[in-house]
Amino acid sequence: MNAGKSPVDNEEADKPVLTRRLDNMFFTLYDVSNFVVRFFKEAFSPPIEFKETVRQCYQVGYRSLGLITLTGFITGMVFTKQSRPSLEDFGATSWLPSLISIAIVRALAPLVTALIAAGKVGSNIGAELGSMRVTEQIDAMEVSATNPFKFLVVTRVLATTFTIPILAMYTGFVGLMGSYLNVHQNEETSLATFFEGAFESISFLDLFSSLIKAILFGFTIGMVGCYQGYNSSKGTEGVGRAANAAVVIAMFLIFIEETIVVQIVAALR
Amino acid sequence: MQKPKVHIDKDKVVIHIRNLVKSFGDLHVLRGIDLDLYNRENLVVLGRSGTGKSVLIKIISGLLKPDSGLVNVLGEEVPLLNTRDLDKLRLKIGFSFQNSALYDSMTIRKNLEFPLVRNLRNLTRKEINRSVEQVLDAVGLLHTINQMPAELSGGQRKRVGIARTLILRPEIMLYDEPTAGLDPITCIDINNLINEVQQRYNTSSIIITHDLACAKQTGDRIVMLLDGQFKRQGSFEEVFDTDDERVKTFYDYNFLNQ
Ligand SMILES: Nc1ncnc2c1ncn2[C@@H]1O[C@H](COP(=O)(O)OP(=O)(O)O)[C@@H](O)[C@H]1O
Ligand SMILES: [Mg+2]
Repeated sequence: MNAGKSPVDNEEADKPVLTRRLDNMFFTLYDVSNFVVRFFKEAFSPPIEFKETVRQCYQVGYRSLGLITLTGFITGMVFTKQSRPSLEDFGATSWLPSLISIAIVRALAPLVTALIAAGKVGSNIGAELGSMRVTEQIDAMEVSATNPFKFLVVTRVLATTFTIPILAMYTGFVGLMGSYLNVHQNEETSLATFFEGAFESISFLDLFSSLIKAILFGFTIGMVGCYQGYNSSKGTEGVGRAANAAVVIAMFLIFIEETIVVQIVAALR
Repeated sequence: MQKPKVHIDKDKVVIHIRNLVKSFGDLHVLRGIDLDLYNRENLVVLGRSGTGKSVLIKIISGLLKPDSGLVNVLGEEVPLLNTRDLDKLRLKIGFSFQNSALYDSMTIRKNLEFPLVRNLRNLTRKEINRSVEQVLDAVGLLHTINQMPAELSGGQRKRVGIARTLILRPEIMLYDEPTAGLDPITCIDINNLINEVQQRYNTSSIIITHDLACAKQTGDRIVMLLDGQFKRQGSFEEVFDTDDERVKTFYDYNFLNQ
């Protein structure tokens, strides 16, 4: 009957296996991988929350569209403007469209989109699920016989994974338009000539690897935001921490993934 | 206001708990709880905060797993149920959360619809609307149907939370600190609502609280949680007729605070 404290138990529990830090790190890794495995299990088992997923896709697009349009356009324009002088030295400004499009399609579009989405969408997911956890809304869902993981996590991760590649394509397009504006002002190139130059130098591998990157980034943003929010600690400061961690960790992972994919693509080229 | 007399069916036990133990790491929260909830009874669980009252009802509704012990709810062994059977059982249990747990992103109407449309998929729009309006009317808040939870007062949110659990016609109600954070007059309203629910919906309830006025007004029987076990039980007068210092302190403190 007496489930009092046993001194032996306490000592064992207090002693770290490695160092406390490493122990915590491995515990978190284990926890995260469980979360990811659970995502795949629940994403592919019926019933599918189709309506809620569509609603989340709309949310992702709606939240980031304005900022992405602005950033994409300015990135394209400024990048072109800054690249011009070095090409002018060689009298090679006609290469601008192909140079810019390579930069935009291969690197800038997925990266700019992902970073902005991490800031706008990732933090929002972290804060939203965090406050649902803290105010017991997630428990309330569970006791009304709705699987909250499926309804909240699976739908959001699917939404970011699916929507961010589309947004990245859009960013690429807007970026090229920004670039065209600058080229047109200086060289009076027509839109058709500009896009001819732009697409000439882009290979299927470029498009494909960018798409893969964007999918990866989208998955990461959704997953990190959901993990942080869903496991948010009690109290209002837990919500803030979840939102903040969602952005910082997602951005960090995005750069790591970018580096890895670039290495792989370089090896394939 | 005096609690109206309700016929309690002592032959029928709806929740049966024996030697329930639950720890979080080194923190031994529940240390052998025995509890029987009879049909149509309002049982109040009193205790200071942090004594494990919420943990107890979370175990009853399957949100937390016990370390050991028997937890039988409406004839089902809760810790042993698979997800599907647990969900089926949960439809018969209403859970009113401490801070109401209304879905912030949904209107009151959508909040109330949620358990209905998710669980009874063949209802028509008309039937759904009727159920929502009926249950919202029962808690006296029909006029808030198109508002967002953030626009409601604490007492109103509590009522909507209770309405949301009533919509599936539960047999058991679990109230987690129904009067916490409310002003004394609103407390009385909520207590009356709890008694009304007991009468109108024939529910058996566990009411968790540290508010003695609430305990006195709603409880048919009261148990006191101390050191992870039920130390005293009986009517309000019986529970506090003791020399146990901690029970007396609890009593004094409560009335000093009023
Ligand atoms: N999921 C959990 N993980 C770890 N500790 C918990 C958890 N839930 C509750 N506790 C701890 O158990 C104790 C009892 O909590 P609770 O049942 O919420 O108290 P109360 O009686 O105020 O409702 C508290 O010390 C709390 O910190
Ligand atoms: Mg509590």
